[in-house]
Amino acid sequence: MQSAVSIKDLKIAYGDNTVIEKMSLDIAPKEFLVLLGPSGCGKSTLLNAIAGLQDITSGEIWISDKNVTWEEPKDRGIGMVFQSYALYPRMSVRKNLSFGLRVAGLPKAEIEARVARTAALLHLDKLLDRRPAELSGGQRQRVAIGRALVRQVDVFLFDEPLSNLDAKLRNELRVEIKKLHQSLGNTMIYVTHDQVEALTLADRIAIMRDGVIQQLASPSEIYHRPANLFVAGFIGAPAMNFIEGRIETANGSPTFQSNELSFDLSGYGFKTPPVSGQATLGFRPDHLVLDGAASGLPTIPGRISVVEPMGSEAVLWFDWAKQTLSLRLMGDVTLLPGDALSPGLDISKASLFGADGSRL
Amino acid sequence: MARLHPNGPKPTQITAGRIGLYVFLLVAVLFFTLPLYTMVVTSLKTMDEIRLGQIFSLPSKLDFSAWTTAWSGACMGTVCVGIRSGFWNSLAITIPSVALSVFVGAVNGYALSLWRPRGASVLFGLLMAGGLIPYQIFLYPMVRAMATVGLYNSLAGIILVHVIFGLPLVTLLFRNYFVSVPEELCKAARVDGAGFWRIFFEIMLPIAVPMVVVVSMLQFTGIWNDFLLGLVFAGRDNLPMTVQLNNIVNTTMGERTYNVNMAATILTALVPLAIYFLSGRWFVRGIAAGAVKG
Amino acid sequence: MKRKTNLSATFALLPTWLVAVVVFIGTMAWSINLSFTNSTIFPSSTYVGFAQYAKLFSSAKWLASLQNVLIFGVLYVGGCLLLGFLLAAALDRKIRFESAFRTIFLYPYAMSFVVTGLIWQWMLNPTLGIQASVRSLGWESFVLDWVVNRDLAIYALVLAGVWQGAGLVMVIALAGMRGIEAEQWKAARIDGIPVWRIYVSIILPQLGPALAAAGMLLAMGVIKTYDIVVAMTNGGPGNATEVPAKFIMDNLFGRQNLGLATAGATVLVLGVIMIVAPFRYAMHMHSKARGAR
Repeated sequence: MQSAVSIKDLKIAYGDNTVIEKMSLDIAPKEFLVLLGPSGCGKSTLLNAIAGLQDITSGEIWISDKNVTWEEPKDRGIGMVFQSYALYPRMSVRKNLSFGLRVAGLPKAEIEARVARTAALLHLDKLLDRRPAELSGGQRQRVAIGRALVRQVDVFLFDEPLSNLDAKLRNELRVEIKKLHQSLGNTMIYVTHDQVEALTLADRIAIMRDGVIQQLASPSEIYHRPANLFVAGFIGAPAMNFIEGRIETANGSPTFQSNELSFDLSGYGFKTPPVSGQATLGFRPDHLVLDGAASGLPTIPGRISVVEPMGSEAVLWFDWAKQTLSLRLMGDVTLLPGDALSPGLDISKASLFGADGSRL
Repeated sequence: MARLHPNGPKPTQITAGRIGLYVFLLVAVLFFTLPLYTMVVTSLKTMDEIRLGQIFSLPSKLDFSAWTTAWSGACMGTVCVGIRSGFWNSLAITIPSVALSVFVGAVNGYALSLWRPRGASVLFGLLMAGGLIPYQIFLYPMVRAMATVGLYNSLAGIILVHVIFGLPLVTLLFRNYFVSVPEELCKAARVDGAGFWRIFFEIMLPIAVPMVVVVSMLQFTGIWNDFLLGLVFAGRDNLPMTVQLNNIVNTTMGERTYNVNMAATILTALVPLAIYFLSGRWFVRGIAAGAVKG
Repeated sequence: MKRKTNLSATFALLPTWLVAVVVFIGTMAWSINLSFTNSTIFPSSTYVGFAQYAKLFSSAKWLASLQNVLIFGVLYVGGCLLLGFLLAAALDRKIRFESAFRTIFLYPYAMSFVVTGLIWQWMLNPTLGIQASVRSLGWESFVLDWVVNRDLAIYALVLAGVWQGAGLVMVIALAGMRGIEAEQWKAARIDGIPVWRIYVSIILPQLGPALAAAGMLLAMGVIKTYDIVVAMTNGGPGNATEVPAKFIMDNLFGRQNLGLATAGATVLVLGVIMIVAPFRYAMHMHSKARGAR
């Protein structure tokens, strides 16, 4: 099957400092792929390499089944949206949108038609004669998106496009970008360090760390079945709870043991048959059930230290064996700090990681 | 085959544009360095060699006699004592002028930006206007006023003039610098009970050391390079190097000794050039700050 | 407490107040006052209205110096801006030895006008300078006699001035170019804009305010032009390089014509106001437009 963007054995290094190590990645047509990771993980470098703005050390980049490794950015069939918007400050919105087309020598009527269509799509009609300085942050970013749209290309690249906006605008534009993807059906590659953006927008997320993709999967897969400790800890807020312990297989069915706790692991979906040894048990705050006794699940007895009400939901922080764990529950909370609790854990929803950090 | 399977970095091609760029830069380098080169080689030639009319040729043998003449024997009109007295005069004028103007300017900038007493903006406006107006309109009344108080044609007089005319720029630079200092710093010190001068000497001046260096350099080259004020106010005994240089070169009787002229010119340019080449980025910062905010 | 410390601030500014009022305002008022009298060697209190101005503007030398300073000013400011911008753009292109180039292009700015004038006087010396050297190479008809040619002497001044001042514009323009965010370059590359077009259509407009400031700074220098003329041509040949500042100085101290000199100085001040006022006004409107948002 053909792919919109294909990266083959890509390596990017500055001298001895390797930023991207032998990476291969295929992105399907019409797919929305999010590159997610902490700053310095190489996600922006990768995006710039796809755009042709970044020299690569070795490997190939294909876009729409054409090897574009040596092509100029303008010839790659891409449009790009930047974090700082990168609008040309002394040009009106109209000129910002049309500048590239005019330089490329497109017929005037064609340029006007494209600008008009893009402006209508992004609700920029009334702003066409303004300068960037006269626009709000959200409007500026819409113009920046428009500048990518007028190019009428198959692949759009977004480099942290919402990072400079305040929380409210960020939410609004996120929805707009998602709508845009649904109506245009282009391939989109989107770099962010914001997991909410990643989870809400992506068809697939590639979580990166130190230039290596840690997991490439759907948002739900990444949230529920993180491939390793890094992914597990990076995704989710509050972060996943981790308990260090051992897996014992001696007594027939495997168990996880830590301090006085012992969980039966027969309900856990192991990738390979379990063996005894060091392991980490991870579970999300929303995978704990407040009333453990009633649920019949194995419980983790503790004492509440902090209660964080958040309107529709609340997070309880409780102490267990010198650790602070978190529990999320819906609705109002009547519990107070100091109260004892004994939440139950659904092992089938939890994650187990071996000594090397990867999922068991 | 490589064309069919591009892989790795794009092979770098030396484009015509790139070559043109370096050609342009090299021509520019030639334009900017030739005069300096010419000056140096001329100063090392004998007059016989100069008369051959080969301005760019290297001297056939190094002859430093023009330098010694320029330093201690060149003639201004009928007086032949060289440019050395001008060198010492320039030092005697420049050093106190720089120290005083930087100090007063720093205090001004600090008071205008962090204290803003009544009338501060009016004073600042007056200073800026004063800095823009050509000196010619001030000269005659100042000469008369200084003569009245006995400062005309004296070292103290020319220093005072330099301090006065240096105030607008120095004040502006320090004001812009102190404006960027968080006001909380000043407020915190006042809560701690420190007064105007204490805050200045113990907090603000130490912060502003880089600015002091930049401004001092700017003022030093500016005052060293001054011609007009030295000519009018310094008096015969205190003429700065630039004025003496012009007298040596442009009031010669008989044949012009170009080698001596060029040696004297280099000697005059030596101090600001040394500051420029030794301080590098500081100097650049200084003129950038002075220019953009001017 | 506040009152007492504010008193120290006021006190500290007292010498500057004195300078501003007595020197800047007082002497200027005195000079302007003199320009309406028939003062010659000594100040006189006989007022003659605008007679000195009338005399000034019927003086061939003054009119020549106005014309000269206009030609010099336009070419010098324009030349510095153009060459400075080109040098900055070249240095902005990720070239090797950038700081060495920058040092070379800026060093003349550290030198005085007197030194600059003398250097170029020597370079352009018709009997022993560049002209002689080129002729001895075989190009017998080569002519580079600007400093002694009535029609071209003013361009010799421009050449020397641009040599001295282009580096300043380069520094300012380069600082501006480095301040332009990298993503604008990336966006322009994606749009496929050629490099020269990026400089002309995207970067130059953004450097506008900085270049205007530099241009104004240079223009102020033009009005004060004195040292370089004295050193290089001393106003000659004939009146070919006379400039207003020199005219004033000559009448002030050489010809003892106080009234005429102060009238000239007053005109000069008006010239400064004419240069600065539009610039200040533009800055003011600009900041107001920003403040309105």
